[in-house]
Amino acid sequence: MSEKQSKFHGLLFLFFFIAGIIASVWVVVRNGWWMPELASDRETIDRIFITIFIIAGILFILSELTLSYFVLRYSGSPSRKAFYLPGSTKKEILWSILPGTLVVIILEISAEFLGGASMWGRIHGEVPKDAFLVEITGEQFAWSIRYPGSDGKFGRTDPKLISYENPLGIDITDENAKDDIVFPAGQGILYLPLNHPVVFLIRSKDVIHSPYLPNFRVKQDAVPGMTTRTWFIPKKEGEFELACAELCGLGHYRMKLPVVVKPMEEVQEWLSEQTPAVDLYY
Amino acid sequence: MTIHHEQVEVAHKESFITKYIFSTDHKTIARQYLITGVIWGVIGMILSWFMRLQLAYPNQPMPFLEKILGKWAEGGILKPEFYVALITMHGTIMVFFLLTAGLSGTFSNYLIPLQIGARDMAFPVLNMLSYWVFFAASVVMLISFFVQTGPAGAGWTMYPPLSALKNAIPGADVGATLWLVSMALFIVSSLLGALNYITTTLNFRTKGMSMGRLPITVWGMFVTAILGLLSFPVLLAGAVMLIFDREFGTSFFVPSGLVLGGQPVPHEGGNPILWQHLFWFLGHPEVYIVAIPAFSLVGEILATNARKPLFAYKVSVGAIIGIGALSMIVWGHHMYVSGMNPILGEIFVITTLAISFPTAILVFNYIVTIWRGNLRFTPAMLFALGFLGLFIPGALTGAFLATAPVDIQLHDTYFVVAHFHFTMATSAAFGMFAGVYHWFPKMFGRMMNDKLGKIHFWGSFIGVYLIFFPMFFKGIAGVPRRYYSFTEYDFTSQFVGLNKFITIAALITGAVQLLFVFNFFWSMFKGPKADKNPWKSTTLEWQTDSPPPHGNWGPELPVVYRGPYEYSVPGAEDDYIPQTVPVKIETK
Repeated sequence: MSEKQSKFHGLLFLFFFIAGIIASVWVVVRNGWWMPELASDRETIDRIFITIFIIAGILFILSELTLSYFVLRYSGSPSRKAFYLPGSTKKEILWSILPGTLVVIILEISAEFLGGASMWGRIHGEVPKDAFLVEITGEQFAWSIRYPGSDGKFGRTDPKLISYENPLGIDITDENAKDDIVFPAGQGILYLPLNHPVVFLIRSKDVIHSPYLPNFRVKQDAVPGMTTRTWFIPKKEGEFELACAELCGLGHYRMKLPVVVKPMEEVQEWLSEQTPAVDLYY
Repeated sequence: MTIHHEQVEVAHKESFITKYIFSTDHKTIARQYLITGVIWGVIGMILSWFMRLQLAYPNQPMPFLEKILGKWAEGGILKPEFYVALITMHGTIMVFFLLTAGLSGTFSNYLIPLQIGARDMAFPVLNMLSYWVFFAASVVMLISFFVQTGPAGAGWTMYPPLSALKNAIPGADVGATLWLVSMALFIVSSLLGALNYITTTLNFRTKGMSMGRLPITVWGMFVTAILGLLSFPVLLAGAVMLIFDREFGTSFFVPSGLVLGGQPVPHEGGNPILWQHLFWFLGHPEVYIVAIPAFSLVGEILATNARKPLFAYKVSVGAIIGIGALSMIVWGHHMYVSGMNPILGEIFVITTLAISFPTAILVFNYIVTIWRGNLRFTPAMLFALGFLGLFIPGALTGAFLATAPVDIQLHDTYFVVAHFHFTMATSAAFGMFAGVYHWFPKMFGRMMNDKLGKIHFWGSFIGVYLIFFPMFFKGIAGVPRRYYSFTEYDFTSQFVGLNKFITIAALITGAVQLLFVFNFFWSMFKGPKADKNPWKSTTLEWQTDSPPPHGNWGPELPVVYRGPYEYSVPGAEDDYIPQTVPVKIETK
C-alpha cells in the first residue's frame, strides 16, 4: 500500500469532522434549533442540560479530532514499524484507567450535583398545599380535563359508570363530585394559572399515554390502572401545546391539547363560568 | 484439563444436505446466520426507507407506494397504523434479527472454535438446532407481513395494554401474536447458542490457550453469551405471559376498569409497568448483547491493522466484564417517567452513570492502540475506526439521558433515536461490517473487493452522520419520536425541511449498502482466492487453510505458546508472531 493512499483516509477523517462541526454549528445557530422556550420553574433541567452539553461537546470534539489525527499521523508505510506497547506494566494500566475515571467524575458531578438529585426529589416530593389541581385523562386519541371545582377535591369515579354522556365515569352521588368541572376528550383547553404551583393528576382509560409539555419541561406517563402525578409552576403567560409522548396507537401523532397560561384571577373567573358536573350527569 | 473430541473425520462423508443445510459444522452454521442476517438487514433497511418517505413528504400521494404496499398505502399515502407497524418491525428486525442473531450468531459460531483451537462447538447438534429455531422465528416474523391486519404495531417494546388488547390498533391483532411467537422462538434459539458458546469457551480450549491468552473477540462473545443466558429468559417469560393475556384471558399486564373505544375491557388486576420491567430487564442487556460483540471484533481488527498489541489487554477484558455485569442493573433508566417509584429512578441514575466508567476505559484503550501504530487501511480497519467515530457521540449523549431530570425532557424524543442509533445500531452495524470484511477470506476462501469496500465505508460513515446527527437537534427542540407526521404541532413543524434532507441522506446511504450486498455475494463466487493469512494476523484461525477444512485443523490440534496480539515485537523478524510459534524462536 502506498504512502499517499494511506494519508488519504486520515485527511478525509480530519476534514469530515472539522467541516462537520463547523457546518453543524452554522446550521444550528442560523436556524435557532435549541430547547423550546422555558415557561416553567424547571430551569434546573436546562442548567444541567447545558452543562452536560458543554462538557460532552468538548469531549466529543477532542476525542474525534484525536482519533482523526492518529489516523492521519500513523498511517502505515512498509518502511516503518509500530511502537510496541502492550500496556501490561502497572504504569500503563494506571494510564488506561485514569481518563475513564476522569470522564465519569466530570459527568457524575455535572449530572448529579448541580441540583439533579434535588430537582428529582422536588418533582416527586411533597406538593404545595394551595396548589392548583387538574386531572388529565388520556384515551385514544384525545385528552379529557377535570378541575376539582370550588371545594378543591375530585369526586369519586367508577369505570362502570362510563358512558357517552359521562365519559370519565363520575359518581355524582359523591359530594366532592358535584362541583367538578369536566371537559370530555378533545373538547377542552387546559387553562393553567401563572406563577402558581400546578399539580397534574394523570390517568388513562385505555393504553399508556404520556402528557408532554415541551415548554414546561414536563413529561409523565399516563398509566392505565393508576394515577401518576407531577407538579410545576408556569412562569410565562401565553398559549402552549401538550403532546403525547408514549406510542398509543395510530393517532398518537395528533393527540394534542392546547394549553393556555393566564393570571390566577382570570383562570378562576373562567372556571366559575363553567357548568359543574351536577348539572350535566345524573 | 480440557477435553477434546478427537474425531478426525477423514471418512465422514457429507451429502449436500448435511453439508450446506442441516449441517452441524460451526463454520457452515455461522455462514447461515450471516446470510440470513444480511437478508434481514436489507429488509429492515427498506422498511426505514418507507418511514423516511412518509416523514419527508407527509400527506403527499406517492402512487408507487400503493403499487408496492397495496392497501397499506391507498392513494399513495401511507396509513398511520402501517407507519406504526413499520417502526415496530424495523426495530425488531434490526435489533434482534440482524444485530443479535446476525452479529453474535455469525461471529460467535465462527470465531470461538477457530480462535480457541477446537474442532467444533461443544454441542454441534444443539448448534444446528439453534440456527433452525432462529430460521423458524424468521419465517414466523416474515409471515406476519402478509396477514390481514398487518405485522405487529405497538413499537418494538410492545408495551401493553396497546399490545395486549387486540382492537387497540390493527397491529395488535394477529401480527402481535405472531411477533410474540417469533420472539419466543428467537429466545430459545439464542439460549441454545449461548449455552454452546459458554461451554465451548470454557472446556474446548486447546493446549496452551489459557483464559488470559484468549483473543478479545472470544472474551466478548463469551461475556455476551452469559448476558444472553441471564436476561433473555426473562423476556421469554414476559412474552408467554403476554400471549396468555391476549389469548387466554389472564391479566398479568392489563389492569381493571379499562374502557377502550367506549367498550369495557374484561381484564382485571394486572399492571402494565410489570411488562416494562420484564422487557427492559432483557432490553438493556440486549443493548450490550449487540454492542459487546461489535466492540470485541473492532478490538481485534484495530490491533491487527495497527500492527500493535491491543493496549492494556487485561484492563480491556476487565472493562468488557464490567460492562456486562453493570448492564444487568441499569434497565430502569428507560423508565424514569413511567410512573415507577422515583427513589428507584435515582438509584438507576447512579448505576447508569457508573457504566460509563468501563465504557470510557475501553474506548480509550482502543484509541491508544492505534497511537504510534503502523496503520493499514483495509475496509475492515476503516469500519473499525468508523465504529469508534460513531460510538463516541452515542456514548457521550448517554450522559444526558442517564440524568433523570434531563430525561424528563428528552425521553421519547428524537434525541433518544439519535442516541441509540449511534451507540448500538449503526456502530454495531459498523462492527459487523468490519468483521465481515476481515473474516470473509477465512469464511469463503476468497477476498472481497477492496475499492468497493472503501467506497462503502465512506458512503456509510458520512451518511450515518448526515442522517442521525441532525436528529440530536430535533430531539433537543422537543420533537417526539414514533410520530407519523410532524405537521400537527407548532414546535415540530419547523423541521419539515430537515426531514427532507434526512430522507435524501437515508436513501443514498441505503443505496450505498447495496454495494456491500453486491460485493458480498459477488466475491463469494468470483473474488480472488485468499491466502491462509492475508492480514498477517496472529490468532489461531489464520494458521489453518482458508476456508478451514471440516474439523478445522489437520490431524494435530494447534498448540498455543503466547498471547493473542504479539505485533511488532522488538527483535522479531516479522511484525507479527502467531500464537502457535513456540517462545524459544523469539529469543534466538
